[in-house]
Amino acid sequence: MKFLCVECDRQMVFEERELPGDGTLAAAFKCPNCGRVVAMLTNPMETQLVQSLGVKIGGRTLDQAPMETVRGMVATGREDAFADQAPRATTPAPKWSGDAEARLARVPNFVRGMVKKIYADYARERGIAEITPAVMDTARAELGLEGM
Amino acid sequence: MPLNIRTYHDLTEPDRSGLAEQIGAQRRRVAERLAGVGRVIAVMSGKGGVGKSYVTAHLARALARAGRAVGVLDADLNGPTAARLLEAPPQPMQVGEDGVEPALAHGVKLVSMALLLEDGKPLAFRGPEAESWVWRGTLEAAALREFLGDVRWGALDLLLVDLPPGMQRFLELAELLAAPPAVLTVTIPTPESSDAVRRALAAARERGAALLGVVENMAGGAFPGDAGEVLAREFGIPLLARIPFNPPSQSWDDLRSALPVRRSGS
Repeated sequence: MKFLCVECDRQMVFEERELPGDGTLAAAFKCPNCGRVVAMLTNPMETQLVQSLGVKIGGRTLDQAPMETVRGMVATGREDAFADQAPRATTPAPKWSGDAEARLARVPNFVRGMVKKIYADYARERGIAEITPAVMDTARAELGLEGM
Repeated sequence: MPLNIRTYHDLTEPDRSGLAEQIGAQRRRVAERLAGVGRVIAVMSGKGGVGKSYVTAHLARALARAGRAVGVLDADLNGPTAARLLEAPPQPMQVGEDGVEPALAHGVKLVSMALLLEDGKPLAFRGPEAESWVWRGTLEAAALREFLGDVRWGALDLLLVDLPPGMQRFLELAELLAAPPAVLTVTIPTPESSDAVRRALAAARERGAALLGVVENMAGGAFPGDAGEVLAREFGIPLLARIPFNPPSQSWDDLRSALPVRRSGS
């Protein structure tokens, strides 16, 4: 899938992605010549299909986690199916605010360990000392964590 | 005035999404993970209820008893039974940064959806229910890819892939591997079974898979027919075993001996 600015006859380049809600995935592309921006919006079924392929529009920002599609998409997984080993971190783990912990607790245990690691890695790489719901929202949009 | 729009391939500037590259990386991940596996064998049949999982589990145990390094990937995502047949203990699968540790039962490494699903619950996915037929097959193929590429299989002589009935999962497996898997076919004696299995064998051969042979399961009992012999003759492949009801363990050792396999590294 590519976008062409017909007026300039130039291939448009990926700008950013957003998850505005309702299962919509928005990917914005910009013409490098005239600066015009267009957004492609997928319906929930199309968003799901992209997720099912295990690919990220705009490119991957995270290494693929083990069984990330299974863990992220299976709705009937057992709570104790996975035991996540602690990562070999070289810097201290970020703290979790109470609100962020409460939000994390709402994630099914089947995938919680993986989600927690993603947010912790995101915070660690950016020198964020405390993970809050706002940090989670930013990470979710930036990293393209549909459904997490 | 018509627009003079170029084709997809005419647009050659760098594409930040790199979807094709992402798919390529997924394939490389599978190839790298299976680099230590001597041979991938798909245990298949065109027909349901012939005992593919039963044969897979007991063959795997016989191979392990003989000192072979063997794994079982239960690719029947919707009706997984390999975990029970292998008596895999119910315990969490350990996840590290470099993959998921397979379960271990009777010396056999195992991954199965049965180890991951809530008891009594079917495999269900998150997502919009409307038009789920569009994406469900893709998700199942992704699960198969992750079972292959994200499990720390290590060095194995053999990885047995227990396929569900039909050919769809075989085709997905063949797509994911660098070369089509070898095929071990299971049938029961009846003509109805041979009709269905014949189609599957033909499809596997068309796909370039090596046909290792036929196992006739539930032989010598209530089911009339000689499907094992018929299919072996038609396809020029060996009838590796005729497994009776309630077989002695010697039946599995005989099948293991008849299977044309080699140790990894040899």
